[in-house]
Amino acid sequence: MNTETTTSGSRGLLQAEPLLFDAGSPARTGVDLPKPKGESRLGGLERKAPLNLPGLSEPETLRHYVRLSQKNYAIDLGLFPLGSCTMKHNPRLNERMARLEGFADLHPLQPTSTTQGALEVIRQVGHWLLTLTGMHTAALTPKAGAHGEFCGMLAIRAALAARGELDQRKRVLTPTSAHGTNPATAAAAGFHVEEVAGTSRGRVDLSDFRSKLGADVAGVMITNPNTCGLFEPDIKAIADLIHEAGGYFYCDGANFNAILGKTRPGDLGVDAMHINLHKTFSTPHGGGGPGAGPVVFSEALAPFAPAPFLAIDRDGALALQEETEAGTVGRLCAFHGQMGMFVRALAYMLSHGSDGLRQVAEDAVLNANYLLARLREHYHAPFGDGPCMHEALLDDSTLKARGIETIDVAKMLLDEGYHPMTTYFPLVVHGAMLIEPTETESRAEVDRFADTLIAIAERAKGNDTAAFKAAPQLTPVRRLDETRAARNPRLRWREAQRPE
Amino acid sequence: MRYTEDHEWARLEGGVVTIGISAYAVEQLGDVVYVELPEIGKKVTAHGEMALVESAKAASDVFAPIAGEIVEVNAALAADPELVNKSPEADGWFVKLKPADPAALDALMDKAAYDAFVQGLG
Repeated sequence: MNTETTTSGSRGLLQAEPLLFDAGSPARTGVDLPKPKGESRLGGLERKAPLNLPGLSEPETLRHYVRLSQKNYAIDLGLFPLGSCTMKHNPRLNERMARLEGFADLHPLQPTSTTQGALEVIRQVGHWLLTLTGMHTAALTPKAGAHGEFCGMLAIRAALAARGELDQRKRVLTPTSAHGTNPATAAAAGFHVEEVAGTSRGRVDLSDFRSKLGADVAGVMITNPNTCGLFEPDIKAIADLIHEAGGYFYCDGANFNAILGKTRPGDLGVDAMHINLHKTFSTPHGGGGPGAGPVVFSEALAPFAPAPFLAIDRDGALALQEETEAGTVGRLCAFHGQMGMFVRALAYMLSHGSDGLRQVAEDAVLNANYLLARLREHYHAPFGDGPCMHEALLDDSTLKARGIETIDVAKMLLDEGYHPMTTYFPLVVHGAMLIEPTETESRAEVDRFADTLIAIAERAKGNDTAAFKAAPQLTPVRRLDETRAARNPRLRWREAQRPE
Repeated sequence: MRYTEDHEWARLEGGVVTIGISAYAVEQLGDVVYVELPEIGKKVTAHGEMALVESAKAASDVFAPIAGEIVEVNAALAADPELVNKSPEADGWFVKLKPADPAALDALMDKAAYDAFVQGLG
């Protein structure tokens, strides 16, 4: 491996890139604006001191951003195995549809008589989501998974308030394997969070769950399949128990991709669930972004769903009902949600059809199990005695004897040209490596990734720990001191840092 | 010194209980980057949330081993959270607590029992 340094700090055509503030200087400028003529109309409020911003020419500025963009790793560059994130391919057909003028040039304040097509897209996305989940009502406006969770928990709050039990029901139960956003959302919605233990098989401990139920429980938040990549077999019992106790069942739909067209959350007793369009329905994660996290509700929570609602007016045209009744969730955002993502998601739904969506789940689960089968002899799989759902969970327990940890494997993967898998999550497994290949990777691609991980595991068996600790070697920057960055974060650039 | 199954330690001296997290807990957490401590005068219940410890890997609640009132917190941890790594069971203490019932400590594990408990965790 070539670790030679270069004079410029660049490595081949991967150029080193300084901060914009370091690259430019206030002494230079890229634009030459004329001094304003005539009398100032700013009433003496004009700035006296210079702004001290770095000056760069147009090509310097352009190159800065293009070089930064080249340092991105993206699903369009390679397999992106982040577990729990469902980094699947974003079909170009979706992009083509979203760029149709009638969608791309919409304004949310246009009269609805001119936006009937867009409203029909919203209606159809809602229809598909309800069909796939077996739920009663869809709220499309939440803009990401955590926003959707917040919407769902606010609806539970509103329902409890309507029952006059909000003061009494303050506890929300979440399993130890929960996404961090679940307890955070419950707390943000004003509830106290209580953890439910997991079993040695990576599932919710039903007896611990039962022991924590009571007349002060508002609800439970569970991800299914869970963050260990396993289906919760007691999900129906959990739903029945929480309902008997007078609480509601929030399901985190982050992993819906694994059960699409196979299981309907509504049949399992779910009261509210968000669906990440940017995971399951192939809209982009960030960059091409933004996320979208529609929420589907059971009949019990439907009256508390947020505005706007789609309605049919007297002329049979689609209209938006913007008003909500007191005591409901109200609005989650100013307009109608991520319209561009609805178009992409609908393009995905229509191009796959119901049979195609079912195959999405089947192939996602097949790919993850194929990967697990290839890797379980080389890494420890904490729940590897059975099949997984859409993601394979490994840990570093067999590497630790040589002083090698999950983070070292992740850094080695960077040198191999892969974005690492999710590391150290779920927290219930020490040194976790959570890998979600998704259905859009071919067998050849999954094999190539498995071969790489197997080669890393083989290398770990040799007397090569120092190489693991020195990785990554081929990235724009070497291993970063995460501890120091967290302890002494430098959040502002300061003039004193400007190189002479 | 007494220990809990949540890996806190507690030591009674002159009617005040000093509390921190065990060397095993710190080893599992890795480099500690932030500690959130309660306000002085706060009343805590046994097993109730008392503080928060954040490492480069994870954030964890720290629970009160027994009930009581917080009388002092380790202010040095604000500027120097690595004290928890350097000296988990001495200088890296979290809080001092005036116990509601000092005898409640007797129900916790002693060092030998805790070491055996940790051994059992694998």
